[in-house]
Parts: sequence; structure tokens; C-alpha cells
Amino acid sequence: MTASGHLGEPVLEIRDLCVDYGVGKKAVRAITDATLTLHRGEVLGLAGESGSGKSTLAYALTRLLRAPGVITGGQVLFHSRPQGSDTTRTVDLLAAGVEELRVVRWSELSVVFQSAMHALNPVARIDAQLTDMLKVHRRKMTAEQRKERAIELLRMVGITSDRLLSYPHELSGGMRQRVMIAMALALEPQVVLMDEPTTALDVVTQREILEELMQLRQRLGFAVIFITHDLSLLIELADSIAIMYAGRIVERGGAQELFHSPRHPYTLGLINSFPALHGEKVRMEGIPGSPPALTSLPGGCAFHPRCTFALDRCSEEIPVLQRPVADSDGTERTAACWLQTDGQTVPQQLALPASAKLPAPRGEAAGAELPEPDGSIK
Amino acid sequence: MTTPTTETTPRVVHGPKRPGTPALEARNLTKHFPVHQFRGRQVVHAVEDISLALPEGTVTAVVGESGSGKSTLARLLTQLITPTSGELLLDGKPVGTSARERRAYTSQVHLVLQDPFSSLNGVHSVRYHLERPLKLHRKPGRGELDALAKSLLERVALSPAENYIDKFPHELSGGQRQRVAIARGLAVQPRVLLADEPVSMLDVSIRLGVLNLLDDLRERERLAILYVTHDIASARYLADTVVVMYAGQVVESGPATQITDSPAHPYTQLLLSAAPDPSRTEPVELRGRGAPPSLVDPPSGCRFHPRCPFAMAVCKETAPPALPAGGDQVAACWLLSPDHAPTTAADATPSATDE
Repeated sequence: MTASGHLGEPVLEIRDLCVDYGVGKKAVRAITDATLTLHRGEVLGLAGESGSGKSTLAYALTRLLRAPGVITGGQVLFHSRPQGSDTTRTVDLLAAGVEELRVVRWSELSVVFQSAMHALNPVARIDAQLTDMLKVHRRKMTAEQRKERAIELLRMVGITSDRLLSYPHELSGGMRQRVMIAMALALEPQVVLMDEPTTALDVVTQREILEELMQLRQRLGFAVIFITHDLSLLIELADSIAIMYAGRIVERGGAQELFHSPRHPYTLGLINSFPALHGEKVRMEGIPGSPPALTSLPGGCAFHPRCTFALDRCSEEIPVLQRPVADSDGTERTAACWLQTDGQTVPQQLALPASAKLPAPRGEAAGAELPEPDGSIK
Repeated sequence: MTTPTTETTPRVVHGPKRPGTPALEARNLTKHFPVHQFRGRQVVHAVEDISLALPEGTVTAVVGESGSGKSTLARLLTQLITPTSGELLLDGKPVGTSARERRAYTSQVHLVLQDPFSSLNGVHSVRYHLERPLKLHRKPGRGELDALAKSLLERVALSPAENYIDKFPHELSGGQRQRVAIARGLAVQPRVLLADEPVSMLDVSIRLGVLNLLDDLRERERLAILYVTHDIASARYLADTVVVMYAGQVVESGPATQITDSPAHPYTQLLLSAAPDPSRTEPVELRGRGAPPSLVDPPSGCRFHPRCPFAMAVCKETAPPALPAGGDQVAACWLLSPDHAPTTAADATPSATDE
């Protein structure tokens, strides 16, 4: 499995995280039982539509969630191992006190927010914003050292030092996003959370920034949780991907596996929602209907009203994440779909052999020898 | 709006080639925005001499980065802003500027805006947004209004319409808001629909639904559609013709699949190399770097030459004309000119990309 192979031990474990908006009878469940593991140096992609809870997840696990958001359950275990140290200290971020959080936040776990236009302070110069966290977290640094570090950070993301005294409005969107990334990396965190970091940017700028980011990751070794709605980008970028729908993780697997052999009908629909750049022009249908409102979730599997393969069972019982029947033992792939349970006839599109047609680009492919899917119709 | 149509160089009209008079035609549209700086008056060369024909029943996609002038072009076509020079022809007739003519024009040519967070008025309900253009342009009977407004919502997949019609914009998601904006655009029964990034704010799974809706409208109501986007894959999917803009100029245009399969202009190649493509097997090799130039003082010659891996001496001096690149494809690039084409194959390979 991609996640285990060459990658390190877990650095962040999210277990059964639940988040509500509001309390009491009017509470809306935004995230239900999210379980994810991020390994050291891994890029974990989190894809889903607006309202699927992917940003809420990011805010919840950093404890930045504001009222009416309430974390109602679960654990977020952060296995912190500061650079140069051999000992790993485990913190439950959800149980941590203010002081503990202060230590972890930004210096060990930082965030690049969605809109750089709004995330930077418009009335403060770049240098002030870049040195701010150094002042707090690196008390021993002198002003001179802080400035040096700020210049170094800017250079790292490809901005010349003469921009140090600029205000955010004097920078282009791409540069602002680069400043955000520089800020996030300032204290050499172990985990960087990126919430749609390149969504507002042009494709060329996006590609440049992502290239830089991946080079920095190689060099500095941080792990990334990359949140986006752009699955086509994520497949190129991430090691493994979790797909969210209506507050639940519906499928998890290696990026290439997920693309070539999706197991959940929603993943399949998402992949088929991106027009191709090559080949025959064919009419594509995307996914019928629209995402449900969290206030009126359908019973059973939240996706069943839009699912072309829905069974009777789908409207009654909520499927749990489990190993799909088409995959062999020992894989970390999971999908929350009743079609993928024993004894079901899995539609052919959802039972494609994992990684059969690729030369296993990242890590060992799961289950090179697959049992035949339990028949394939449609 | 005068017509300084100089006949010295043959005018290249971009857009789908169809017999007959196009529903909307733009001739030599130019827009310079004045800016005041320390050194006196200067202008932003936002759109430079673009001729575009939108025949009915076709989709033309305008692709480019932000700042390339594609939204300005769409706004010029709606008459929301007045061109510095050039003219518009609706069904072959020049468009007048009197209040009555402008109003008639707005019911024929309608714009769907990019940002649904600002294009809907927060103090009014969805019903108001839809009924207002219906009242102004279609003058329906008392009983019809409600049904018409609801059918508009159903057409943009906001169903059941009762759940949405009395909502306010802040109660809707970004995607739903944009669909209300599209429904509002359809309310006047336009002949030309100008869609400025209509799906960039929508959820991925429903984007195709909206693109297919635009395609159905083209088919069923013979609309001429201008689809402004930065997403070249969706342009390829929806459009008959793709027009690629860079720094206020059209650098390449032609049939959609031809443009993406065999891009002739280095900028189109750069765009394609940067676009996300899950089926890509090799690592991305960006063909050119850097950012678009300032349009206050655009580069001399070809505006792309500072970023172009193939730039030659001539590119700095003279702007290339639109040259044929096979079929209906044209590209403004000296590489296509036999007089200037590189003599050796080595010249055609990109020089080391400078960072």
C-alpha cells in the first residue's frame, strides 16, 4: 500500500472524529466518524464537494473550529517528533489544553488557508507577518535573525527579498499564496494542512507553486494534508486520497489506485466529472442531482439518491468503511459502500483490478494477484 | 463607436465558422482603461483588436489566465463597458447606443457573471432575482410569473423549486447561488449567452450538469454561447471553437479538439502542460515560467516573448499576425511563418527554463 511503503510512521491519527454545528435538537452533524492516518512525509489528499466537511475537518483537528462548530467526539493523536530528536511525544489535540496547543500550533502543525487574499493582514507589511510567529515561538531570536529568516523563507518560495516591505495588495495572487506557504513553513512544522491553497490561482501559477511545494517537502520532510475539490489535481499530487461525502469518508486508497479502480460510486462519478484533455470528445454526465444539505440528509447511505447502483439496503443502513471485495487482504483500501460487501454483485466499473494497468508508480501496488470479482454485470 | 476597420491587413475573425450572419459579431474591439500614475496618464491595454463571431447554435470558449482580458472581452460584448474602438453587430446590424437600443440589446445578449457571491443582491430573495428580469423583458401574466420563475430554477437543477424560490442568497451554497445567476440569465430568453467562468465556483460533480445545460441550450434554443474559462479541459469539452487569449490579445484559435491535441502557439502549449491531468504518466514539464506582463506597458513585439521558450529576435520587435496553423486553426506566432521559422531543429527545442 502506498501509505506504508517508503513512508514513515504515523504522525497524525484522526480517530472517529465527529463535529456538529450547533447544539441540542438543532445540531447538524458535519463530520461523522472520520478516521484517517497521516504518515511522515506523506501527502494525503482530502477531496470532496463543498459541504462535505473537508474544511471543517481541517479546522477541527487544529482546534480552530469556531462556534457554532462543536467537536463531539473522537481523538486526534499527534505524534510529535521535533527535528533532531528521537523521542516521539503523543498529544491528543482534542484534549490538549491551551498551553499545549500553543506549542503545537504553527511550530509543529501549520495551516495554509484557502484564500490568501483574506488570510493576510492587509495593513501589515510582509516582513511583520512573517516574523510575527518567530517572535512568539522563537523567543531567543534577535530582530536581525528574524529578518534574515524571513528573507530566507521568501527566497525558499521564490520571492525576492525586496518584497519584504511590500503590503499584501502589492503582490499578485500567486505571490500572496507563496507568502502564506512561507509563513506555514517558517517554524519547520511536521504537518502542514493546506485548505484549497491554489484554488484561486491560474493553472500555470498553481503548477509552479505545487512544484515548489513538492520540492520543499522532499527537502524538509513535512507531511501534507491537501484539501481540495479538484480530484484531477489531487491524483497527480497526493500519495493517498480520502474522499468525503456529506461529512463521511466514503473511500480511501492510494491516489493511482483510486483513479484507475475506484470502489465507491461517488468516487467513480467524481472521476467522470473531469473532462479529459485527450481522446474522443464524449458527453459525460457527472453525477445526477446535487449534494444533500446536512440539515436534511437522506437515510442510509447519504449518496444513495444520486447513486445509479443503489440497492434497497442503501436507503436503510449506513455502510461502514471496509475493505472492498475486489481487493485482497492486507490492503489499506477501504470504501463505505454496500456493493463492496461479500455476496454482492459488484458492477464492473467498481471492480476493476487495482493498479493492473500501471507500473505501480508509488510504492507496492495492493494485491497484485486479485481474486476475480464476484461476477461482473452491467 | 466608430469603425476604424483598416483594410491594410486582412482581419482574422475568430470563432466558429458557420455560413450566414453570426448572431453577434465583434469587429476590432479594443479597450484601454485609463490609469493615473505619477507619470501622467497611462492606459491598461486590456483588450487589443479582437474580432470575434458568435454564430447561433455554437459555443465559443475563451481561455486564458486571469488578467488576459477574457472577462473584459465578455463585458465589452454585453455593452457593460464601452470599447475604445471597434463595433458590435447583432444579426449583422450595428448596435446603437440609445437607451432603447441598449435595453433591447440586453434582452438579446445576456451575461452570467463569475462570482455568485457578489452577483446576487443579498437583501433580495431568489424569487425577486428571477421575477425582475421576467417582468421587465417578458411581461408575463399574473399567474405565469411564479410558474416561469420556478421552471427557471428547475432548468438549472435547483429542484424542487419551492425549496429555493423564497430563499435568500446567504442561505444558498456558492454553487446554488451561481445556478440562480444562470437562471436569471436565462430569464430574458437571450439569443446570445455570455458565460463568464460560470462553473468555476460550482461543485465538481454538478459542473458537468451545468456545462451540459449550456450545451442543451445551444442545441434546443440555438443560443450562441461565449464560454469564458480558465479551464482548458472544460473548454475542450463544451466548445466548438477555442480562442486562447494572452495579455489582451488572441494568440490562437481553432476547433476545440485541434487546439488541445496540437497546440501551435507556445502559450497554449504552456497552458496545456500546466493543466491537471490525472492520466499523465510523466512528471510535468512546464513549458515556460513567470507571470503575465503588465498591460500598462506591455512587452514589445509578441507579448508572450519574455516567457516564451522559443523566442527569436523577431519576436521582440514585431507582433506576429494570426497565421494559419492547419484547418481553421490560426496562431499569432512567428514560428508558423516560413520567413521566420527556425532554420535548425535545435532552435525549436525550448532553451533551459530559467527560474
